[in-house]
Amino acid sequence: MQVTIRSLLTACLVFSVLLFAGTDASAAAKKVQKKKTAEVCVVDPRGEILALSCASCHGTDGKSVGIIPSFYGKSPEYLEAALKDFKSGTRYSTVMIRHAKGYTDEEIRLIAEYFGTVWQNNK
Amino acid sequence: MNHNISRRDFNKLLVSGVAGSALGIFGMAKPAFAAQTRIVVIGGGFGGASAAKYLKKLDPSLSVTLIEPKATFYTCPFSNWVLGGLKNMEDIGQTYALLRSKYGVNVIADLATGIDAVKSTVTLKSGKVINYDRLIVSPGIDFKYGAIEGYSESVANSSMPHAYEAGPQTVLLQKQLLAMKDGGRVLICPPGNPFRCPPGPYERASLIAHYLKEKKPKSKILILDAKDKFSKQGLFKKGWDRLYPGMIEWRSSVTGGKITKVDAASKSVTTDFGVEKGDVINLIPPQQAGKIAFDAGLTDASGWCPVNPITFESTIHPGIHVIGDAVIAGAMPKSGFAASSQGKVVAASIIRLCQGKVPAPPSLVNTCYSLIGPGYGVSVAGVYKLTSAGIVEIPGSGGLTPMDADDDHLNEEAMFARGWYNNIVQDIWG
Repeated sequence: MQVTIRSLLTACLVFSVLLFAGTDASAAAKKVQKKKTAEVCVVDPRGEILALSCASCHGTDGKSVGIIPSFYGKSPEYLEAALKDFKSGTRYSTVMIRHAKGYTDEEIRLIAEYFGTVWQNNK
Repeated sequence: MNHNISRRDFNKLLVSGVAGSALGIFGMAKPAFAAQTRIVVIGGGFGGASAAKYLKKLDPSLSVTLIEPKATFYTCPFSNWVLGGLKNMEDIGQTYALLRSKYGVNVIADLATGIDAVKSTVTLKSGKVINYDRLIVSPGIDFKYGAIEGYSESVANSSMPHAYEAGPQTVLLQKQLLAMKDGGRVLICPPGNPFRCPPGPYERASLIAHYLKEKKPKSKILILDAKDKFSKQGLFKKGWDRLYPGMIEWRSSVTGGKITKVDAASKSVTTDFGVEKGDVINLIPPQQAGKIAFDAGLTDASGWCPVNPITFESTIHPGIHVIGDAVIAGAMPKSGFAASSQGKVVAASIIRLCQGKVPAPPSLVNTCYSLIGPGYGVSVAGVYKLTSAGIVEIPGSGGLTPMDADDDHLNEEAMFARGWYNNIVQDIWG
């Protein structure tokens, strides 16, 4: 494997940024969840259909086992912002900029809501 | 394959999706009250295993049976990496243990030999008969061995492997490459469209070139193509010029690429322009839907399966859904990723139908990485939706790795290709 150090560093940086951002977001989401414990989580069927394909690259429920960023446990707000940044091109990615352009802002919101809440059902 | 439908037909299609759901409830009323709803899946590849796992994940109350004869399923994706010496066969073998233990899928190691669409039963090679409320058929491809004179299944199994179903065929082709002398000539002969994994033959040429460059640098690869253009063509040709200059030659159909005849004894193939000899010949024959789809009458004149694009329910036999390489899915390529995406859509749709609800409109995705060298990866992405023109790619989305991508970008895509494999197999079989 001819892996350049620069790319590895870039990948590590991306990872740590995601992990760091994720910690805050997860904590916020947990607080929200605690308030809503009595409510039953209803999955939007449109959000589900839109979201399931993402798992092929990012792992089931967004739990990645390899180098591709994991987004398991992230909040809906975090995911929506990230996808919109990929769509607008303000956030760099080799492939996500191509995917994100395939969804309307409303669809992005539904995908973010799905993955931003699905992990809470696994607890 | 463009199966355009008029706006009127499209409206009819949407209505039939709803009507289908009503029929579904009616048809399933008795067994649903008597016991669990029984979903049977034929084929444990990318499409079938995805459908089985996601049916149970999204609705654990369903009874899901997966019929697959192979205990270990070797994936076509990454089988070219084996040929290039970058992976071993055991790295690309997937099993069904976790589908059984973690998700509660009833996996039956047997071959489905017949479908009775009227009685809603599947017959297995062992003689066992299984009843279903809804059936998912994900049979993959079958090879048209008779399409080229002198070629046959036994020629493929002994001297000219297609290696387009990973397993013993991959091992045979690798053995031939390992045995070839330095200065030898490899022929790769891809079929016309449509066929499984459009960039597959060209990634294969790249990774065989990688192996040859390291171990047998005087060798050459000649691609004799039944087509005049191919997937990711610009990216592959640029990569070949950079990594393997002078080693790979591609001949299009009009410039003598199309094979009309083979001779296994003299290790040669005949094109419109003459005879070409090869020390190793990888002939990838034309394809059609897997055998069981033909036997069950799920195919049309094209040799592939027409379906309702919302639910992937057969337009020929209601209650039977077809996914994966065997299906006619508009703009979607025949790829493992596409099959998995369809498997998830069909799982979510069937659950809605069983609940007496209208399925959500489909959203489908494809993401395929191809490795040109160990640190040189390219990709194609596609996001698809249903319109009056069938399943189409959403304008402005998807597309290829940019032609001017720098080395860091190409290296990152090579790393993501590995990450892609790790996650997609975990998402399907894990």
